[in-house]
This record gives sequence, structure tokens and C-alpha cells, in this order.
Amino acid sequence: MRKVETVDLDAWFGSNHVLHDVSLTARPGSVTAIIGPSGCGKSTLIRCLNRMHEEVRGARVEGKVLFDGTDIYGTDVDPVAVRRRIGMVFQRPNPFPTMSILDNATAGLRLSGERIPRSKLTERGERALRAAGLWDEVKDRLDEPGGRLSGGQQQRLCIARALAVEPEVILLDEPASALDPASTLRIEELVGDLKERYTIVIVTHNMQQAARVSDWTLFMLFGEVVEFGPTEKVFTTPDDKRTEDYVTGRFG
Amino acid sequence: MSAAAGTVSLGPVRGIRRVKDTGFTVFLWTCAGLALVPLTWIAVYVVSKGVGALSWNFFTKEPAGPLNPQQGGIVQSFVGTGLIVGIATVIAVPLGILAGIYLAEYGKGRTASGIRLVAYVLLSTPSIVAGAFIWALVVVALGNFSALAGGLSLVVLMWPIVAIASEAVLRLVPQELREGALALGLPRWKTIVRVVMPTAGAGLLTAVMLAVARALGETAPILLTALGNDHINTDIRAPTDAVPLRVYDYARTPVEALHSIAWGGALVLLAAVLFLAISARILSNRQQKRIA
Repeated sequence: MRKVETVDLDAWFGSNHVLHDVSLTARPGSVTAIIGPSGCGKSTLIRCLNRMHEEVRGARVEGKVLFDGTDIYGTDVDPVAVRRRIGMVFQRPNPFPTMSILDNATAGLRLSGERIPRSKLTERGERALRAAGLWDEVKDRLDEPGGRLSGGQQQRLCIARALAVEPEVILLDEPASALDPASTLRIEELVGDLKERYTIVIVTHNMQQAARVSDWTLFMLFGEVVEFGPTEKVFTTPDDKRTEDYVTGRFG
Repeated sequence: MSAAAGTVSLGPVRGIRRVKDTGFTVFLWTCAGLALVPLTWIAVYVVSKGVGALSWNFFTKEPAGPLNPQQGGIVQSFVGTGLIVGIATVIAVPLGILAGIYLAEYGKGRTASGIRLVAYVLLSTPSIVAGAFIWALVVVALGNFSALAGGLSLVVLMWPIVAIASEAVLRLVPQELREGALALGLPRWKTIVRVVMPTAGAGLLTAVMLAVARALGETAPILLTALGNDHINTDIRAPTDAVPLRVYDYARTPVEALHSIAWGGALVLLAAVLFLAISARILSNRQQKRIA
């Protein structure tokens, strides 16, 4: 069972070749972590999975990213349609400053162009906020600006916003690296809850976090995959010496 | 008591450093004060000269005969300025904002630098050149002076201000917000219209206000294109009056009473421009706070 699979993926920023022949598989109902030192291409890789990489000027991709068997870089594929089904949460919380908490949660639905009645919107907003574990904290202040929440709450609001459009895959690009330990823990618990229904890929530079939340781990170095396997194996009996050095904290 | 070796003295700074500090503080306050002198002087002078002319007639009547000019007003100038600047705003604002969006969100390479160059060149073009250009293009072609020609000459001056200022405020919108919207599966244009532009909202309004403030006071291009008119005109194809034009005309006559009316017109212009500039400032301050 493969939800997302990359085949010999290469990526560039201008002439800078940042990903070399990357092969990754993400399975439904599981969390796949991408780990590695800063600058190894983790973020680039995850941004290739929903075609966000190409939003950067001069960025280029070669190879395939299969989503349910279809190459999302195929000629007749619309990146907008890809991103509807493969949602993403970024490193820094980015709620829309002009929108209320509820409007942020339902932004993807409201702006998608389909006509959804207001009551339905509110209902789906509530469902998304509940799924993101934020509902109880914001239910009495849905009309306040999203920017007034704490950093951790803002990040969960962004997760709710991504969930509301009902994607099948959720990409998390270091979702907790800008947050305090308590908020980080909440996000990690949330990832555990969400994996039942979604395929999750998470980038993290925090190895303990990868060990705690993921089922599969991919370790990268200088834009190449060093090792990819079940998290437990990667962290306890890795095949590659470099993986062992990294997960035991000898470098990175 | 002197500080022990190796520790930092937290007491007040004394001696030569203190003198230098005071000296520079005084110097900078003096500079700021000097910069304010001309502005205050102009404002006070215009108010003192112009306030006497402001009357009910001034705002509601057309010019009276040469025997009793103080009985008349310059209502046709206010209406004309509204008409001309209105035409210019309606054309320059959408075109300017579209150019700003193009430059900030889409533009790259030669096309973008070309447009930016044109905007910067127009920005520093003497306004009388804009007037002469539109005179040759519109007045000559249509065969008469008109509010439309006046408005078009102001478009030449307003468009680059709106374009450059709106590019700048759109660039202030953090890239993370664009990515957040795109990652929800929103098309690029919708990301711009529904997320980027509302976030830049007040900044865009500031751009428009600055352009309108500039256009309000322009005399030279209006002179060559709208010509002026002693009566209220609302036909965009006919010659039309404007406040700065009327001030210019009256200031050149030998009639003392008309000078007073000219000062009144100058005062109203100054007040309008100050109002726009200050509102623009307040709005953009609020905007900065909201984005940050």
C-alpha cells in the first residue's frame, strides 16, 4: 500500500542540485519522518510532494512523485488540484491576518469557488478545529483574529485549515520547531491522532521527535537518501554507519 | 565611588561623554526644529492670508463681475477639480494597482524591469511635460480643451505613484501567507485577490491617497489640457476649471480682492493635501502593526 511514492527524484534551485535520486514511500495510516542535518534537503523534498517547490523562483524538479499511482508532475496535472488532496503545514504558523479564527479554519473551503452554505461551513470549520484539538480553546472567540492566538494555537489553527479541505495526505514541514515544549507535545499527540485517517509525512530536525511520532524514517545527507526503513530499525540497528553516527548524536 | 576593576559602572555617565551626549541631543533637536520652520511658516502664512476669503459665497458661487469680485466664489473650481481628479483616479488607480500586482507577484526579467523603468521615468517627469503630451495627443485630436484631457494628464502623473507604491506594499506581505494559501489548493490569482491584497489593504489605500494628493495640486498639466472655465462644467468633453488653476489665474491679476480669493483656494488645497497625507500616514502605521 503506497499513497505517495517518489521515484528517482532530483531537484534544483537554479544550478544548485539539492536532491539526488530520492526514493521515498509514504503509506496510508502511517507517519513517515524525514530527518537529517540542516541543509540536507529535507524541506525541499517535502515541498516536492505537493508541488510547492516550484513556487520558488528558479526551482526545478525531475523524476516522479506518484500519488495513488499517478505522477503529480505529469503533463495534464494541475498543481492546484494536487494541493487540494495533499495539504501542508509550514514551519512558522501562518494564519491569514485579515481573517477571524473560524474564517481561517474554513479559508480553503470558502475560497475554493464551490458554493457552500454558511451553516455547512461553520459545521466543517468546527469539525476541523476539533480534529486539530483547538475547538475547546477557541469556541467562544471564533470571531477574533487568528493572529491573536498563541504560537502553538496558531499552528494548530493552520493544521485545522489544512484538514478542513479534507486532503488525503498531510505534509508537516518542521511544524513544531518554532514552538515551546508544551505546544510541541500537543502537536506530536495530534500527529498520532491524525495518522488513523491520513497519510502523514513530517520533516523534523529533532530526532527524538522523529522516534516518538513516526513509523518510518528516512535519513538524508547532502541531498541523498542514506537510509529508509521502519523507525525502530533506523534508530536501533541502522544498516549504514552514517545513520548510526547521526542518530546517536555523533554529528548533526 | 569608583567602580572596582573588572565590574561595570551602572552610575550616570559623567565628564566629557556626558557633555558630548547633551551636545548632540541639542544639535539634533535644533535640526528637527529647523526642518519644521518652513512647513509651519507656509501653513501659518497661507492660513492667515486665506482664512478671510472663506465664506458661504466662496464655496457656492461662480465668480462675480469685476466690480464686486468679493461677492463671487470659485465653486466651479471645486466641481472641476473633483471632476478632473475623479476621472484621473478612476483610470490611474486600477491601472496602477494592476501594474503593482504584476511587478510584485508575477513580473520577472525584461518585461518587469521595462515596466519599472517606465514608472520611475514617469515619476520624475516634469508635470508640464505630461500636460504637453496629453495636449498633443488628446486636445489636438479632439479639437478642444476638456476635463477628460485634464484627467488623462493627471493619469500620467498618478499611475507611476500608484504602481510603485503598491508594488512596495505588496512585497511587504510575508511570503509565508502566499504559500499558506497556495498549499490549500488556491489558484495564484485567488491567493493574490483574497489573501495578499486584503493583507496589504490599508497600504494600497495609502498608495492611492498619495497619488490623489499629488494630483490635487497640479497646475501646469491642467492649464494645457482643461484650460479653465468661469462656470460650473460637468461635461467631460468641455473646458473645465480647477482650484490650482484658479489660484494661478487670480494671483496674476492686479485686483486685490481676487488675490484674497486665490489665498482662500490655496488654503483649501493645502488642507486637502495635508488631510490626505496625514490619513495615509496613519493608515500605513496601522498596517505595519498588523502585518508584524
